[in-house]
Amino acid sequence: MISWTLAVELARGTLTTMVISLAGIAAGMLIGLALALLRTARLPVLTQAIAIYISMIRATPVVTLALLVFFGLPAVGLAIGPFAAGILTLTINTSVFQAEIWRAQLNDFPRGQREAAYAAGMTDLLAFRRIIFPQVWRAALPALVNEMTLLLKGSPAVAVIGVVDLTRVAVRMSSVTYEPVKPFLLATLIYIVIVLALIAAQRTIESTLVRRYGIL
Amino acid sequence: MRFEVIIAEWSTLAAGFATTIWICALSGALSLLLALPVAALLMVRRAVIVWPVRAMVDGLRAIPFLMLVFLGYYCLPVLGLKFSSWTCGLVSLTIYNTAYFGEILRGAWAHLPREQEDAGRAFGFYGFALTRRIILPQIFISAGPVLGNQIITLIKNSAFLMVITIPELTFAANEVQAIYFTPLETLIVAVLLYWLLCSAVEGIVRVMDRVAVVRGHE
Repeated sequence: MISWTLAVELARGTLTTMVISLAGIAAGMLIGLALALLRTARLPVLTQAIAIYISMIRATPVVTLALLVFFGLPAVGLAIGPFAAGILTLTINTSVFQAEIWRAQLNDFPRGQREAAYAAGMTDLLAFRRIIFPQVWRAALPALVNEMTLLLKGSPAVAVIGVVDLTRVAVRMSSVTYEPVKPFLLATLIYIVIVLALIAAQRTIESTLVRRYGIL
Repeated sequence: MRFEVIIAEWSTLAAGFATTIWICALSGALSLLLALPVAALLMVRRAVIVWPVRAMVDGLRAIPFLMLVFLGYYCLPVLGLKFSSWTCGLVSLTIYNTAYFGEILRGAWAHLPREQEDAGRAFGFYGFALTRRIILPQIFISAGPVLGNQIITLIKNSAFLMVITIPELTFAANEVQAIYFTPLETLIVAVLLYWLLCSAVEGIVRVMDRVAVVRGHE
């Protein structure tokens, strides 16, 4: 039997996990795209600086990053709560991975199409908005969804800095009730369901795109 | 900035770094050994055998590593199985990584051209010799770079073991920063050490990538 308290707490934890993950994914997508565009723009110094930044954050475990954000920012006078620190951590983490995904797709984009857009009189921005981006995001979709599942699996790191996400709810309920098996198994199951739902959503979007446009 | 704390507490951080390296090396080696039979089971054409293995591998790949650690750390004692945090950390890291390694090896195995095996048989190789001399070397060459990238994920997952008090790099850095209140300096040093370690693995991956391309694997 699952008690009411457990069900309510797990639901709240699930909601928190989903909110911080979604916030991280959304912010990370914009920042990642910006990083990729800046990096592919071949600006001196900036390109190298971004490359080093991406390489460093990619090598940093999410927990370590969470501790750095949560304890490091107040040390330089920027007060931050666990919730904001959690979202910031996930954003910093996923944005560099998403930057690499966007960069790979931008590099693979056929040169001819870009030149055709310019020949038709399009500006950089218009070409990006109407020609490049609509094709690039479709090609990037599988890798992006994969990154979302990776982010979700890294999200328990925010439990370490005190965010009451799904993982921390399980820890808390097991220490309150001295009955760890139920909360942990249920939390595990919920993570599995969310990851599988993400993969299913990706397949649906992909097949819809294939049906509508004939290509991905 | 008080970087003198780093120098004063260097031995703690270095010990943490060493723990991260050996626990990842050991768990990486163990999971590579375990992944071979897992990949072989995933290649079996009998649904009765494949289905449970497939469910295990996919299930493990769908959960956060920290949940697996907690399942082992908090739930197994209830069933009367009590392990030290070291055993729990090493075992969960190995099991989790085995699922990924197994899936990577299965992918490489499935993409191995059928002719390779046939040619091996034509030259009189069969059974274990065929697997050891013809199939495995090619699987490892083609899967090498992907396995290397998974090692980087393994290193980053190992930081979660701080939660069950394994004194690895992140645990050590967190301890030092809490004592001296130097979070920025200490954790940045930890990040740099992780960067160093992952860059070294990345360097090896690049070499393996070149070998794979030379040997005709894309």
